[in-house]
Amino acid sequence: MASNTDISERQRIAARRLRVVAGHLQKCVQGEGAGVSAQACKTETPRSSPAKATSVPKRRQDIMKWNGWGYSDSRFLFNKKGQGEFTGKRYRLSGMILPSLKDWFEATFGTSLQHKTPATPTLNVSAVPPPNLVEPFVEELKVAGVAASHDPEGRVFRSHGHCLHEIFALREGRIGRVPDLVVWPNCHNDVVKIVELACKYNVCLMPYGGGTSVSSALECPLEETRSVVSLDTSQMNRILWIDEKNLTVHVEAGIIGQDLERQLNESGYCTGHEPDSMEFSSLGGWVATRASGMKKNIYGNIEDLVVHIKMVTPRGVIEKSCQGPRMSTGPDIHHFIMGSEGTLGVVTEVTMKIRPLPEYQKYGSIVFPNFQQGVSCLREVARQRCAPASIRLMDNEQFQFGHALKPQVSSIFTSFLDGLKKFYITKFKGFEPHHLCVATLLFEGDREKVLQHEKQVYDIAAKFGGLAAGEDNGQRGYMLTFVIAYLRDLGMDYYVIGESFETSVPWDRVLDLCRNVKERIVRECKERGVQFPPFSTCRVTQTYDAGACVYFYFAFNYRGLADPLHVYERVEHEAREEILANGGSLSHHHGVGKLRKEWMREAVSTVGLGMLQSVKEYVDPNNIFGNRNLL
Amino acid sequence: MRVRSSSRLAVILKLTTLQTLYSTDHPGLKKRDELEDMLEERRRSSDARHALRCYAPAVYKGLAPREVSALRGAVLQSDALQHVIGQVSAECGERRELVQEEAAHLLDEMAHRLRLGTVRFFAYVLSKVFKTLFRSVRVNEEGVQRLQQAIQDHPVVLLPSHRSYMDFLMMSYILYTYDLALPVIAAGMDFMSMKVVGEMLRMSGAFFIRRSFGGDKLYWAVFSEYVKTMLRTGYAPIEFFLEGTRSRTGKSLTPKTGLLNIVMEPFFKGEVFDIHLVPVSISYDRILEESLYARELLGVPKPKETTSGLLKARQILREDYGVMHVYFGHPVSVRSLAQGRVKRSQYNLVPRHIPQRPCLAAQALVGEAAFRLVRLQEQAMVLRPWTLVATLLLQNPDGMDLPVLEEQAAWLRRLALSFGAFLDWPGRTCRPVVGAGLALHKNLARVSGGRVRLAVAETPGVGQTAEELAFDRAVGVLSCASYRNQILHVFIRPALLSVALRTANSSRKDEVYTCFNFLWTVFSNEFILCPGASVQDFEEACYLLGKCCAVQESQQDIVMSEGGHATLAFLRALLDPFLQGYQVVCQYLCKETEENLRENKFVPAARNFALQLILAGTLKCYEALSSDLQKNALAALVQLEAVTKVKV
Repeated sequence: MASNTDISERQRIAARRLRVVAGHLQKCVQGEGAGVSAQACKTETPRSSPAKATSVPKRRQDIMKWNGWGYSDSRFLFNKKGQGEFTGKRYRLSGMILPSLKDWFEATFGTSLQHKTPATPTLNVSAVPPPNLVEPFVEELKVAGVAASHDPEGRVFRSHGHCLHEIFALREGRIGRVPDLVVWPNCHNDVVKIVELACKYNVCLMPYGGGTSVSSALECPLEETRSVVSLDTSQMNRILWIDEKNLTVHVEAGIIGQDLERQLNESGYCTGHEPDSMEFSSLGGWVATRASGMKKNIYGNIEDLVVHIKMVTPRGVIEKSCQGPRMSTGPDIHHFIMGSEGTLGVVTEVTMKIRPLPEYQKYGSIVFPNFQQGVSCLREVARQRCAPASIRLMDNEQFQFGHALKPQVSSIFTSFLDGLKKFYITKFKGFEPHHLCVATLLFEGDREKVLQHEKQVYDIAAKFGGLAAGEDNGQRGYMLTFVIAYLRDLGMDYYVIGESFETSVPWDRVLDLCRNVKERIVRECKERGVQFPPFSTCRVTQTYDAGACVYFYFAFNYRGLADPLHVYERVEHEAREEILANGGSLSHHHGVGKLRKEWMREAVSTVGLGMLQSVKEYVDPNNIFGNRNLL
Repeated sequence: MRVRSSSRLAVILKLTTLQTLYSTDHPGLKKRDELEDMLEERRRSSDARHALRCYAPAVYKGLAPREVSALRGAVLQSDALQHVIGQVSAECGERRELVQEEAAHLLDEMAHRLRLGTVRFFAYVLSKVFKTLFRSVRVNEEGVQRLQQAIQDHPVVLLPSHRSYMDFLMMSYILYTYDLALPVIAAGMDFMSMKVVGEMLRMSGAFFIRRSFGGDKLYWAVFSEYVKTMLRTGYAPIEFFLEGTRSRTGKSLTPKTGLLNIVMEPFFKGEVFDIHLVPVSISYDRILEESLYARELLGVPKPKETTSGLLKARQILREDYGVMHVYFGHPVSVRSLAQGRVKRSQYNLVPRHIPQRPCLAAQALVGEAAFRLVRLQEQAMVLRPWTLVATLLLQNPDGMDLPVLEEQAAWLRRLALSFGAFLDWPGRTCRPVVGAGLALHKNLARVSGGRVRLAVAETPGVGQTAEELAFDRAVGVLSCASYRNQILHVFIRPALLSVALRTANSSRKDEVYTCFNFLWTVFSNEFILCPGASVQDFEEACYLLGKCCAVQESQQDIVMSEGGHATLAFLRALLDPFLQGYQVVCQYLCKETEENLRENKFVPAARNFALQLILAGTLKCYEALSSDLQKNALAALVQLEAVTKVKV
């Protein structure tokens, strides 16, 4: 009998794989533009990767920028003709000319390509403070066989996340407090050893995963006098096992998003967890910050995906004794770990849910006459609980921003078609070009169900004046997500600084919050002497039963300001105040870090903060995990 | 000052921060905009063309694209109103539909029906009327421009002072003339009884509210939602009178905070980014209702507003009402008022459509803002020379020689200016200005044989009783006082200090302050004295009197300076009628034997008491007859807990 079930099981799996393959084939048959792959937006890694493919070497600076976002070979620039261009080969946009970028850039920020603010080209190693090493600690690490280095470049690389002030300082060649040592554990036991030694020698440990933090979480606390050791988890990146019966995967927590997804895809699975930073961010980082993925409507956020967590703390290892799908065993200890932001220990291994790869994916987009109608539509979609894998609503400014990134059109026919579309929407349908906004959609699942689902969503949209606007617009919207961080570096070459921040808010307050925060930003910039109106825009990126996640982009031209960074920080601070005053949360998924600590008490009440503090006191009485985030 | 305890210091600190906040909105008393005559253009070109011209005002940038008729539906279907309808129907066991119908009925009774046609009709008629009534209507055009900008940036609330029925007609007329969005105006229900006119006012933007609806939950909900919906959508500027009713005395009235609470709530709840409150000061050379007011204060009931009454009032068109001044103040941002004072996040935990009592901080803020706004109105009120002349004449009931009057007026002008009065004094000389004032107000003052005196009868006319004579005189005095009262806000703080200096046992500052504070408290209903600001007012008074060299301050003492006698005597005399009037009220209450005096009996009885004193010759102060003064005195006594109100 046992063998029988095995056979049927194997047949079932085979049949599913066939379906997947068929689905992929079908896309090809449909021809150009019809079925673009969702993966196409992200990095396309070479096919010939080795079995244990990893995108993160120990010397990250070899492939990634030391003072900007992402891969060294990929960046935006204005070429000699003044045309926007994206270099490299990794992205869909790579190697393309973006003809409207310059005009948009100059008109939006009031900048000129004549006025450049280039970054310091290379790291001045002599400016890096010498390491403060605890020799016996280093010795014992060596004995235990844990890789370690105090190479200045590596230490600088791990001294920051991607907050504006961090990158801005690096571009100016300013180096602050950096870790004194970097260690690379290979597995859970290495971590146990490192934590033991750290306790023994009272060394400060700071876990480092993908380094994509935007909450100042990776900044070394200035008041820290002990030796600071950056614990780089990148070498703990194996998938330990896949359990196809329970649809779970057990993974080392240092694996980064794109590797995890690619390796699972090879077995016909995915986790479906796709935060915008997934090219670089790590599983452990997701757990430590309560991350959220773009496709959470199908797969859930990290707290829904995690089945089991193993974490090494100064008190020992914390984990549950089984992998039951739900438990009533007091408060869920996972919730002490998720969102702890590296203050309690190092997450080493995680069991996560997986799903069979979807057979079919389809992008889509809807144009609305104004933002208000768009929000109403998203609310209705959430009410009917029929949200596609992803649904996002960009405001008008962001829609125009997206258009500025349109690559050069290949044929006269396409441009003619674009013109026709524009004519139809603005003249025939009477949409005001300065009010209309766009929702981008991503559907996933069985082909038939996707088509059915698509129709349902478009029908709802029609009730709110929404017009289907094609797959291409949808796809471009998602592409923007992955390249926007690169764009900030371009801005910084030309006196433009900016940042994004997010919140979550009940449905009835979405519109008010968006309007008030955007206006507050404009107002504060003006009051602080910013010469040109700032770029202040938002989008609704996630829908929930009871509310939505809203994402703001904010950037301005800082020419003529004595202390642009200070102005920037004040404006961001005021914007956060405005968010809180309008019923928004302190953070939806970026976390608190050190950037938003001042509001924690207000956010969770004094008792709540005390609860968290007492956990910290028990787990880590000597503050070995001393990054001073959150509390 | 030694008396400053730490808590008081805290108060002072708080006040100074507030002061700096306001001073940004109101840049000093010195710099005021130029005023332009807006009727000049009307006298030169066709009124019909003016009425029919293209009217396309700039509107609020966030104006929700919705049909005007949709307003009614939006209010009736709003979550807030539906919530209250549900509550009311559950409480009184009515069917929900019936309550809904009732709400619709209330809304229809209340709502304006702004029609451009009617507006144009009014524009035509009012052009004619205003040109007949007024020599000119002078407006600060810079203020109009500021308002135009404000209307585009934020929902705007217009807060004019209220002295005459003319006020809101003039407001709308000005806004129409300058091509600004027409306001919707909260008006008392009284007008509704004027059949045709009431409807016409409705079509020109007035909406009608009942005078009192304390307990009526549904009415309150309909009303507040109606106002808030218009505000949130940027439908039109909202206009209402902080003072609640026309001031019969020429003094500003203690502001009512009900409507101000309503209009500020959308900001507290984050429904709008900001709201701008624009104080508007309207002043008249001569008020149309002049003697009507005096009679009302003496107990002759206000004539009911009727259309036929209005037609009869045509005779007023034949008289000269001089110049009218309208000054649009700097917009006051609610956001900056609330900055650091009201935590908006307190509204995070309850759905916003469920009515919530505002927190203490918000209540305090609204109360304070109301007073500040009325102060801003007062400070930007254009004062005419006649107010000075009236002041002097009232202090010299036996009349003054014309040259003396002119000399004194010149002296008073300097004093008023040094106290920051917004005095409109054409030219530098005194004689023609005083003469013009006397000519315009010949019904109030008489010049004979080079002597000027109030135009009151000396001996009873044929068949007139002594009481009737006293009444006639009182009408004259109170009419005249209504002009003096216009300038009182300039002098009130120094005047209180002058009296305090006289009554205090020593010249030590703390003792003087104690006396000042007592007077300040007693008169807090009579004049616009911001609650809790007595220390600040004291310091302002010291500063002003020091500035005009009437007093000298040292570390601990404050004394009258050598040449200060005239100023202090004048200021004391200014308060004298009020002190006497309050004393009469106190005397009456002490003599009143009846254990339980009904409140509505109080005013006639007190008036009668004062009248008897006047007839007996023991009281010379006719202002003691004023019902306004009597009511204020009673309110003060209740506040001081000298009198208690009991519900029977």
